Amino acid sequence: MDAMPKWADVVLIPLISLILAATISALVILAIGESPVEALNLMVKGALGSTYGWGYTLYYATNFIFTGLAVSVAFHSRMFNIGGEGQAMVGGLGVALICLYVPWPHWSLALVGGILAAAIFGAAWAAIPAFLQAKRGSHIVITTIMFNFIAAALLNYLLIGALKPKGSMEPATGKFPEATHLPSFQDMFSFGETALFRGAPANVSFFVAVVACFAVWALIWKTKLGYEIRAFGHSESAAKYAGISPTKIIMISMMISGGLAGMMAINNVQGEAERLVLNAVEGAGFIGIAVALMGRSHPFGVFLAALLFGFLYQGGAELALWTKIPREMIVVIQALVILFTGALDDMVRAPLERVFLALKRRKRKAA
Amino acid sequence: MTLMTKMFSATAALALTAGAALADPALIFDLGGKFDKSFNESAFTGAQRWADETGGSFDEVELQSDAQREQALRRFAENGNNPIVMAGFAFATALEEVAADYPDTKFQIIDMVVGQPNVRSIVFSEEQGSYLVGMLAAMASETNTVGFIGGMDIPLIRNFACGYAQGVLSVNADATVISNMTGTTPAAWNDPVKGSELTLAQKSQGADVVYAAAGGTGVGVLQTAADNDMLSIGVDSNQNYLHSGKVLTSMLKRVDNAVYDAFAAGADLEAGFIVMGLANGGVGYAVDEHNEALITDEMSAAVEAAKASIIAGDIMVHNYNSDETCPSLDF
Repeated sequence: MDAMPKWADVVLIPLISLILAATISALVILAIGESPVEALNLMVKGALGSTYGWGYTLYYATNFIFTGLAVSVAFHSRMFNIGGEGQAMVGGLGVALICLYVPWPHWSLALVGGILAAAIFGAAWAAIPAFLQAKRGSHIVITTIMFNFIAAALLNYLLIGALKPKGSMEPATGKFPEATHLPSFQDMFSFGETALFRGAPANVSFFVAVVACFAVWALIWKTKLGYEIRAFGHSESAAKYAGISPTKIIMISMMISGGLAGMMAINNVQGEAERLVLNAVEGAGFIGIAVALMGRSHPFGVFLAALLFGFLYQGGAELALWTKIPREMIVVIQALVILFTGALDDMVRAPLERVFLALKRRKRKAA
Repeated sequence: MTLMTKMFSATAALALTAGAALADPALIFDLGGKFDKSFNESAFTGAQRWADETGGSFDEVELQSDAQREQALRRFAENGNNPIVMAGFAFATALEEVAADYPDTKFQIIDMVVGQPNVRSIVFSEEQGSYLVGMLAAMASETNTVGFIGGMDIPLIRNFACGYAQGVLSVNADATVISNMTGTTPAAWNDPVKGSELTLAQKSQGADVVYAAAGGTGVGVLQTAADNDMLSIGVDSNQNYLHSGKVLTSMLKRVDNAVYDAFAAGADLEAGFIVMGLANGGVGYAVDEHNEALITDEMSAAVEAAKASIIAGDIMVHNYNSDETCPSLDF
């Protein structure tokens, strides 16, 4: 357990994983005859070199903060919620319904309404697998991933039927009314002639995401419920012995998780698209898993990891625009980072632990 | 050091102004991707033809997500690309916003109408071309039953089906038209296996000619038809060569010409709303060495006569999009 100091666990492992992923990506880019240095340069400049780039990076990051937090909260009770994708889709449905059918007087109220609708819909979608896990022992991994497909089918059905405006070619709802449009960074931070964040989709929901980070931190480490969730996560039998109800903890942690995933919709549905399109989530639910793993299920870590993935997404888009690197190759680069930081965590951890153990032994001998 | 920096910035500035002055055109593909053997690829063919003939170059991008539609439009506009052509109706919402911000840049959208002063909207009269291939299908059919297989169930594709059915019934009022859609999501554009199953299902209902307006799904339709002694009709590009002698004809939708013309016009692209129909060569039917034997003189005379009548306005082919109904076919 204590083979490594905490800083190594939190900083060194993600860093080494990143470097490995970057190295292999560079080799891939070299192999197709492009310059990795130029590609990196383009990515950094495109994602971080202007307020415009930041506007996109933060937009993607906002999505990933919500889904990353969602996975983190569930993971503290050792529930592996991989249904963030579906919960975010259904959250989008909630946002769409409340924006289309409630006459909001002002965007601030619409934002509150959107947050509530998204969270309630997302939580409800997570509640069913949670109930099946708590009461019937159906494995949460299986049920949540199956609920992703059910959510996709449900949205499909609604977007080509009841919610699609007549005559429209696209499987999408109509545009939300003006009053529900959230202020973008361009609206908020441009003064006079200088337009900052021009045309970028980052909007006020980024700050909601930041608040959510603090809220999750407070919940997990500063409240009785958070203590129960962590205790249950560490040992179910011990938690039971201490009088903690497993059903309650599974249900509550999964519903908070689903609610957070659903809240992503205020960013991508209400903030960016201003209508609900098919496949609006675009994989952010799954990226959330990598973000949570990389962030060690800590809100601050999730925040940083979400920024990194936001950078990868926006940088990747710039690569697609200005180089001949094909779209599939950019997905490969993004996938490599996910693979190394998320899935192959132990590959780096084990050797690193050995190194630290050896160092410790040597120190002890010397003493 | 300072000299180096100066030189660098000078080159950079030069490169920038050069880029702006040349004003390369740009082409944005829809999520289906550049090589979909259908709509996007046709757009690419047109752009490539322009590049080959003029020696010019163009920028292009394949999108990964919906959020990138507006992004790609803005980035190309800011880069000085002009005109910017996008293939697909799904760009309409993004273009509506972006076009107003870049009044000096010309845009062209295909299959959708965007009413901005610097946008050229191109819409094809698919119902007219489909009418003609419907006539051919009815004349070639021996069972008096013909089939239609659409891709995604959207008004655009229903318009293909509706025009086709009108053409069939104009030749033989007793003929039966079987219509099936592959699906209701974009996945339906690329499901050749389902296309094949639908073709077999239509054959078992007696169809001996089948018209596929289904993007990549159509490849499966044409293959299965060729394997089962049916005739098929291709779409968008000339697909007669895919199964020589087994493809009755192809309904041509000249997306490539639309892209080519826009690129050739360059920054002088005229805004407005253009309908590409039979009259201006936007749609048509393909006859080449692969299907000459299938089309008799009698058939081609009848179709040519109908084509002239449509151009003259004597035959009005009903457009499904005008009122979302079809007099000749129930969906």
